[in-house]
Amino acid sequence: MTAQDLQLDRRGRLRHFLTIEGLSRELLVTIMDTAESFSSVTEQTVKKVPLLRGKTIVNLFFETSTRTRTTFELAAKRLSADVLNVNIATSATSKGESLLDTIRNIEAMHVDMFVVRHAQSGASHFIARHVAPHISVINAGDGRHAHPTQAMLDVFTIRKYKPDFHRLTVAIVGDVLHSRVARSEIHALRILGAREIRAVGPRTLIPADIGKMGVSICHDLDSGLKDADVVIMLRLQRERMSGAFIPSAHEYYASFGLTESRLVLARADAIVMHPGPINRGVEMDSKVADGCRSVILQQVTHGIAIRMAVMSMAMRLDARRETP
Amino acid sequence: MAELPGTDALLDNLESGLRREIAQRWIGDPVMIGIHSGGAWIAERLHARLGIREALGKLDITFYRDDFSQIGMNPQVRASQLPFRVDGRDILLIDDVFYTGRTIRAALNEIFDYGRPAQIVLGVLLERDGRQIPIRPDCVGGMLKLSPGQRVKLTGPDPLALSIFGDGG
Repeated sequence: MTAQDLQLDRRGRLRHFLTIEGLSRELLVTIMDTAESFSSVTEQTVKKVPLLRGKTIVNLFFETSTRTRTTFELAAKRLSADVLNVNIATSATSKGESLLDTIRNIEAMHVDMFVVRHAQSGASHFIARHVAPHISVINAGDGRHAHPTQAMLDVFTIRKYKPDFHRLTVAIVGDVLHSRVARSEIHALRILGAREIRAVGPRTLIPADIGKMGVSICHDLDSGLKDADVVIMLRLQRERMSGAFIPSAHEYYASFGLTESRLVLARADAIVMHPGPINRGVEMDSKVADGCRSVILQQVTHGIAIRMAVMSMAMRLDARRETP
Repeated sequence: MAELPGTDALLDNLESGLRREIAQRWIGDPVMIGIHSGGAWIAERLHARLGIREALGKLDITFYRDDFSQIGMNPQVRASQLPFRVDGRDILLIDDVFYTGRTIRAALNEIFDYGRPAQIVLGVLLERDGRQIPIRPDCVGGMLKLSPGQRVKLTGPDPLALSIFGDGG
């Protein structure tokens, strides 16, 4: 069963949200438009809508996360769902329970949706294949594979500033090799028709076959930044590096750290993004991170609206009424 | 087949109904909210006719519908826009067709999530039979009796036109 068979129903609506790969432009635009309409919820005195009232959403995080987990939690609460945060580090999994047993046990608590983060690529696909039919699964990051809601909030942020994707040159800078964010972003930008996508970084951190994804490769930052409309800085994922991918953080910064003086090479109206958490002085200078072209905090805000959109679109309908 | 009234006459009736209601309740400075999409078209016209000071509010009640778990997310949903605070205000809430009352229930719930208005007056262009909950309009442009299989729909915004479709038997 392909990811597409798994994540879309026969009418092309979301069943699960596992990967951007293979989704249509129309669906990505619908997710962004829906997120846009959720933006008015924050203007209400009561900052929530009753859409998912009575539904239970489980945040199943096998890997630590603050930003993603809290924005998923807040998104679920703004939709009036009940949220259960399962802390796997202190759960039965660490006592030897298998992943499927964990899933079966939580299923037995009559929940409606799993939001899954796991260090293993393909973990959320595995869970989606095995959960009860009334449960939807949202991938909140699996290994090096995909982080589809992060990619959606990034393209949603880009669209706010630069609505015409066909004109855009996007530089994705840094640790592309270990980055599920980069992989999902490349898929999303390709589907939305970005003119040029560049993977910029040292040879050790740019996968050799990334060109197959329709991406041009730059091994020096200056040529990578030249005339870019959007600069996406990636976090150096030292926790995923088993060998010597970079000589030192200091040398990495000297070659690939984004500074105000280097940013001059990009377009004057370029925006700078980062999925967080930032290593200041490693991936970028604080002046850039806090500067007028940085939209890093807007990304966090947009993450809530995008997650509200994806969760409400993927929530299963009442089985009694669902059209076959 | 029920006779379908013209929208111009209905708008005139609704306007005078609202004027009467405003006078009877001593409302000095009302705000107006139209329910997306047909109600907003009607509200745009009434907003101008009644000379309402503040910009028109528009409500998309998708997130407040009671049938989300049956029909799922409407992909055409738009953000609601209320360009004023609702607390303590006299609100004229406008929709095109009043049928079961469920849309109005959703709209009232949404408005109260924005704040606590002083009062809400409901005006609709056309009321048809088939009410399912104890909510009814204060002012109507006209009334219509249809068979249960029939629907009435407003197209617009320019020109505004009502049409009946569905099984009349």
